[in-house]
Order: sequence, then C-alpha cells, then structure tokens
Amino acid sequence: MSLTLLNVIVAVVIAIAFAAVNAAYLVWAERRGAARIQRRPGPNINGPFGLLQPPADGIKLMTKQLMIPGGADKILFMVAPVLAMVPAIMSFVTIPFSEGIVARNMDIGVLMIFAFASMGAMAILFAGWGSRNKYAVMASVRAVSQSVSYEIPMLITAITVIMVNGSMDLKAISLNQAGGFWHWNIFPSLQSPLMPISFIIFFICSLAETNRAPFDLGEAESELVAGFHTEYGSMGFGLFFMGEYANIVIGACLTTILFLGGWGCPFGLFPGVWWFLLKIYLLIATFIWIRWTFPRTTIYGLLNLSWKILIPISLFNLLLTAGLLKVF
Amino acid sequence: MNPSMVITEAPGLFTADGLTGLIFLVMMAVTLTGGIIACCAERLIRAIAGLIVCFIGVAALYYFLNSPFVAMMQMLIYVGAICITIAFAIMLAAPEESRKKGPAGPLSGPLGFISAGLVTFGLIAMAMRTTFTSYPKINNGTVEEIGIAFLTSHSMVFELISIVLLIAIIGALVIAHTGRSK
Repeated sequence: MSLTLLNVIVAVVIAIAFAAVNAAYLVWAERRGAARIQRRPGPNINGPFGLLQPPADGIKLMTKQLMIPGGADKILFMVAPVLAMVPAIMSFVTIPFSEGIVARNMDIGVLMIFAFASMGAMAILFAGWGSRNKYAVMASVRAVSQSVSYEIPMLITAITVIMVNGSMDLKAISLNQAGGFWHWNIFPSLQSPLMPISFIIFFICSLAETNRAPFDLGEAESELVAGFHTEYGSMGFGLFFMGEYANIVIGACLTTILFLGGWGCPFGLFPGVWWFLLKIYLLIATFIWIRWTFPRTTIYGLLNLSWKILIPISLFNLLLTAGLLKVF
Repeated sequence: MNPSMVITEAPGLFTADGLTGLIFLVMMAVTLTGGIIACCAERLIRAIAGLIVCFIGVAALYYFLNSPFVAMMQMLIYVGAICITIAFAIMLAAPEESRKKGPAGPLSGPLGFISAGLVTFGLIAMAMRTTFTSYPKINNGTVEEIGIAFLTSHSMVFELISIVLLIAIIGALVIAHTGRSK
C-alpha cells in the first residue's frame, strides 16, 4: 500500500518535471522551427543554439508581478491557469512510456485521459470569463465550441481502435501491436480497412483539441489580441503555455500508443522507451511543421469540418468496424 | 476487510481504516463545498464552478468505492460535457454581470429552512434506524464486467437508456428544425 502511494507520488513528480522540461524546450523548438520555416535565425544568442533561452524566459516570467485587472472575477481568474495545467499532469500518470515505465496502469487508461482532457475546456472558459475582457470572452466561446465539437470524432475514432484491440488499457493496446510495423493499428487490417483514415481524423482532432494552428481560433491574434489569455501576465501566462505544450505531448503520446505501436520498434528490434520518445517527438515536430505551414481557418470552416465531415466519416468507420469484427 | 465486521470504536488516524476514513471525509467535504457554492453563488458562472467541484467530489467517491469506470464517466459526462454546455449557454445568453435578480420565491426564508430541516432530520432518522450490513465486493467494476452485466442481467436498463437518448436526439432535431424554418 505505502509502496503504491510512494509510487504514485514519485510518478506525479516525474510527470510534472517531464511536462515542465518539455514545455520549456518545445517552446524553444517551436521558435527555432518557426524561424527555419520563415527563413530567419530565431533565438540563438543565449547559449549554444539558443538552448539557454527557455530558462531565461522562465526566470523572466516568474519574477514578473501578477496583475489582476480591475473588475475581473478574481477567484476564477486565479483558478483558470491551474486548471489548464492539472488535467495535463494527471494524464501523464497513466501513459505507459514502455513496458516497465508507467506510473499507474489502469484498465480504463484511454477513458481516463479523455476524462481529464475534457476538463481543459473549462480552464479556457474560466479564463475568458474571469478576465472580463470582450476579446477574451469571444475567444473562450470559440475555443470551447471548437474543443467540444472535436472531442466527438476523436472519441468515436478512439472507440474504433478500442474495439479492434478489445481493451481500454493503453499498455495492452501497445502490446497488441508489438513485433514490427505491419502490426500497427495505423495500417488497414481485415477488421478495420479504414484505419489510415481513422489515424488522420485522430491527428486532426488532436491538433484542434490542443488549439494549435491551423485551428487556433481561440488565440487568433489578428482578431482577438491574444485570445483567452489576453489579460494574463507572468506565471499565469506561463502556466497556460505549459498546459498547452503538455497537452501536445499527451496528444502525441496517445496517437503513438493507439496507432503507432507505442514503444515497439518498427522492425521488432530492441523495443523500449527510446522508440516511444522518438515517435512522440516526430509527431510533435509534425505539429510544429503544420502550425507554421498552414494559415488559420475560419470558425465556420472549422466547425463544418468537424460536424459535416469528420463526425459522419468516423461514425461510418465505427459501424463498418463493428460489422467486420462480427464477420471475421 | 471482513465483510461482517462492525466498527464499534473510532480507529486511530494513522491506521489503514483511519486514513481511509479521512480520505472519505475529505471527499465528502469537497462534494458538500461544491454543492453549497453552487447554491449560494451570486454569479451564475461561479455556481457552475461549484457544480464542477461537486461533481469531481462525487467522481472521487465513485473511485473510492471501487468503480473507476463510473468515476471516469462522471468526469467525462458531467464535468466535461454537461457543465461545459451549461457554462456555454450562460455565456451566450448573459454576457454581462448575471447577478440574482427579481423577487425571491415562496420557499425562500423561514419556509425554506423548515423544509430543509425536515428533509435533513428525516434522512438522519432513517440512517440511524437502519442497520447497515456490509457486503463483499461484487466485482472489480472493470469495463468488461460492466459491459457483460449491461448486455446480460441488466439489459433492460441498457435498452431504456438507449430509448431516453433516442428521444433526446429526436427532441433536439425537432427544436432545431422549427428554429430553422422561422
């Protein structure tokens, strides 16, 4: 009992550290990547390749004064950044990085991650409402309608994968795909011939759920100043940023486990945490690449894509998979 | 724990039972605090925040009672869907300060206190007179066991839920349809 408790506490500490380090250095990677795509140098002054830029940014954010605008709802304003961070950290607890490296393997791992991810919209809502700023309110209404509508195709696609694997356990789903890339869920099988489409839907939804460009309507800076975090400075802003990058890492982890074989090697050699990290960082690099390549969509285009295209396709895929599972 | 064991005296705080009890009390406190905030908040959006705290407390209780699946569904559906929908409706309907307005209803004031007191007294009296027997764990509350139960011994519940959801969808379509034609 006490060992389990210690296990969980250590795991949560490691999850926070992992999320924080990732957030700091993904910002650096994002800025460098953006700069490369836009043919400019990016942050390259502090340390080799600008690698000391994230600690400098962190110190700057932490030493700034926390300002609460007059007329803001103080409690909600303070709670929102914390709410953005906590679900992201909680989700790390059940993600298996390799067969041995998992804090608390649950038989409902997928469900738990979705349950906590659905709380993320609440943080944006409270932030927008609490800051008493019309741009923030508009941005949070947009961001929440976006994340609610993209949660549906994402969940349906996840259910398809769960049905094929017969388990909600992330570890079991990974182990199901062990032994070479032809076992991975991303490739079509007899039971689910539309798996590549599922993967694309899931990937689009994870882009939209993390409010990334081309779906970053919640912080459209050309229309809404900075969106829902317009009024946030210092570490409140920092927490929103960390939450966003932690969510990106979780999205990449979930995609890796559900579709790309988790920690398995593509050729069946040396499965382990290194393959997992390689896969998630490749996915994150794709996230960054997409963000700086595509222009922002409109809010109608965004909602139409979800309700008129992604949801029907994913529902059809679910029905087809259910039927074929009965046949084969 | 022995299923037929009856706790006669309060266990020490640092025993397994004591800590379990403490965790239970913390969850109760969270649920009750959330409920009180939801009832007493002047701003609607804070009431929603209280409701969320309350739901999270209830989810924790489900987890505590060995039903992780129900706990996660509570989070996903009540916190992630219902509360967000309500908050969304409030934001669309009342963008400005939405404080309590208008005269209080007939149940506010002494009548409200009396009825609340009666209900509380009734519940306490009922709890005190019941002899609680503890049963052994039925199953582990895993997805598999719940699924099997839903499709075999409790299939009626499952069918009824489907009908309720179907009616809800048809109702939504009807409302949306009449709204469109106006």
